[in-house]
Amino acid sequence: MSRTELGALADAAQFQGPIDIAACDVDELKAALRSMLKIRFVEQQLAAQRRDGHIGGPVHLGVGQEAVAVGVSAHLRRTDRVFGGHRSHSHLLALGSDVRRLFAEILGKDTGLSRGMGGSMHLWDKPNGFYGSTPIVAGTISLAVGAGLAAAMQKTGDVAVAYFGDGAVEEGVVHECLNLAQILKIPVLFVVENNLFSSHMHISLRQPKDATVRFAHAHDMAAELVDGNDIVEVKRAAGRLIERARAGEGPGFLEAVTQRWYGHVDWREDIDVGVNRSTADLDQWRRRDPVARLESALLSAGHMTRAEGEEIRRSLREEIESAWATAATDPYPAPEALLARVYIDK
Amino acid sequence: MNYLSESAAGVSYGVAIRHAFEYLLSRYPEVFVIGQGLWSPWYVGNSMTELDKKFGKHRVIDTPVSELACTGLAVGASLAGTRPIVVHPRMDFMLYATDAIVNQAAKWSHMLGAQDAPAVTIRAIINRGGEQGAQHSQALHSWFAHVPGLRVVMPSTASDARDLLIAAALCNDPVMYIDDRWLYERTEDLAPVKELDLRREGPRVRRQGKDITLVGSSYSSYLCEQAADVLAAQGIEAEVIDLRVVSPLRPELIIESVRKTGRLCVVDGGWRTAGLAGEVIASVCEAVDSMRARPVRVTLPDAPAPTSRPLEKLYYPTKETVVQAALGILR
Ligand SMILES: Cc1ncc(C[n+]2csc(CCOP(=O)(O)OP(=O)(O)O)c2C)c(N)n1
Ligand SMILES: [Mg+2]
Repeated sequence: MSRTELGALADAAQFQGPIDIAACDVDELKAALRSMLKIRFVEQQLAAQRRDGHIGGPVHLGVGQEAVAVGVSAHLRRTDRVFGGHRSHSHLLALGSDVRRLFAEILGKDTGLSRGMGGSMHLWDKPNGFYGSTPIVAGTISLAVGAGLAAAMQKTGDVAVAYFGDGAVEEGVVHECLNLAQILKIPVLFVVENNLFSSHMHISLRQPKDATVRFAHAHDMAAELVDGNDIVEVKRAAGRLIERARAGEGPGFLEAVTQRWYGHVDWREDIDVGVNRSTADLDQWRRRDPVARLESALLSAGHMTRAEGEEIRRSLREEIESAWATAATDPYPAPEALLARVYIDK
Repeated sequence: MNYLSESAAGVSYGVAIRHAFEYLLSRYPEVFVIGQGLWSPWYVGNSMTELDKKFGKHRVIDTPVSELACTGLAVGASLAGTRPIVVHPRMDFMLYATDAIVNQAAKWSHMLGAQDAPAVTIRAIINRGGEQGAQHSQALHSWFAHVPGLRVVMPSTASDARDLLIAAALCNDPVMYIDDRWLYERTEDLAPVKELDLRREGPRVRRQGKDITLVGSSYSSYLCEQAADVLAAQGIEAEVIDLRVVSPLRPELIIESVRKTGRLCVVDGGWRTAGLAGEVIASVCEAVDSMRARPVRVTLPDAPAPTSRPLEKLYYPTKETVVQAALGILR
């Protein structure tokens, strides 16, 4: 079905109840819950540390959007090729990256994922399938298309993933990429996290229609539009598209509608600065929480107890605190790193 | 509005830019401004605050994330009788627009027989530091200065921030106007606006001296002025020259100064290789028969901007780097 408008999906007051988990594997759901909570706690830690001045550079937080990366990553393997942008902590962590090395990176430490050279906006964990995230909007999408083409040439059955936002589709290169990927049948999944905002601008100020999936339709590409705060929906839709891509049937486009709870950058909420985003809207979105909706579904189906939920939280908090403490005492890169890392061939 | 026709005390560089927009938008109906963040309370510092409210969202246009389309649009609109200023809140983001700037705007006059040219101003903001890293730090003025057909201006003072922006907008050629967030709090008492003819603008002596010539543009010129203060305390009289217009480059004033001082240190916030500092030194060396010491350039190392705090500290030249370089030349 061709859609150009999000309709109810953009209405935060809807979809607040427990999600439908009928016919789902309970262990997988619990793993997803844990993964989402882990991402959330890591980002909340970053928000607090940034606020308190312990992080020197900007952090773009995706709290509230965790279901997207967790749902997509459920179908990925280490040899797949994932690319992200400025708001990519979740994309990385959902692949199982090491939290301490993420923290070390954000603190500019030599033990960090990018050896302290890139910080929050330039992440790398290729051994886990994370090829790189960089903050030029739409900057890595064509790279993902290329990594997908390479997979096709190598006949590995691997796929590439490009995560980007609703703002990114305003860059011309996105449309070149969609056309190219479709005509060359490249195994790449385009994942749009449509959180309705590009920094201070609501999508209604930037685009004539709010469903970015319309661009996939224009390129005759297999596409799905889902509630991005419903982990089951995201996972199912991603699974269908990734399966097609692995089978050589061409690229896919997944639009997941969601919202970030923090402002564009750092820990503030951006509800009070002339931006078209109100406390009331944000409160509604908080009620459409992907974590709470899964957890309440698990609880009411009797698959989990409250105590179990508490235990997951306690162990994650402990893990995150210890990762932070270690990263904070890790060494900085040596001064020589500045020139020694410009080229890889010495 | 009086401050546009009267003097104003203690105006910051950022606010001076806003004065220029206000002057242009109120006096020239053909001027409009387009770019990302123009309706935002934080995107472009204090340099455009509430202009949309004062002049209307049809003349101060915030945009989708579409640098190429916005820049090409401005080039085209300028060919059709308007005087657009397209704003790129960070120079790094503008790279998507290089075709419109380099292939189209810069070439238009020459390739079509100097019968028409895009009277467009491309405002590119240098916004670096703060551990933002490689794609949020670049100062690419040397790249654009390399392209004939573009005029490239880089103000270092509040007066120039205002008056060179006005001159850029009123110029009939495409102009890249580059301002630096690190200068936004630098203040100056402003004289009433004087419309400058950009064709006649070039380097200016910011401070006279006889021992060594320090040359910079934008923030680097400010560093030179600060270094000159430190050197003065040690009895060294440095002459400071602010380039202001880096393309077309007019080196005469620098040549004259080096003939007097015999010593040259050029400071630039870009990279070393194939950069502005090397260009200035070459222009002087071609014209001056002999110098008392070899010229020196102070630039960024040839590496992308790192995020790690200690590396970032090493990366950017400071007043102290300039002082040490000057002392090295004088030794
Ligand atoms: C080429 C480019 N233009 C502008 C920016 C500034 N910028 C950074 S993030 C952003 C918003 C992008 O919005 P979206 O793609 O929806 O992602 P979200 O922030 O919502 O996750 C913008 C405009 C940039 N980093 N790169
Ligand atoms: Mg967005």
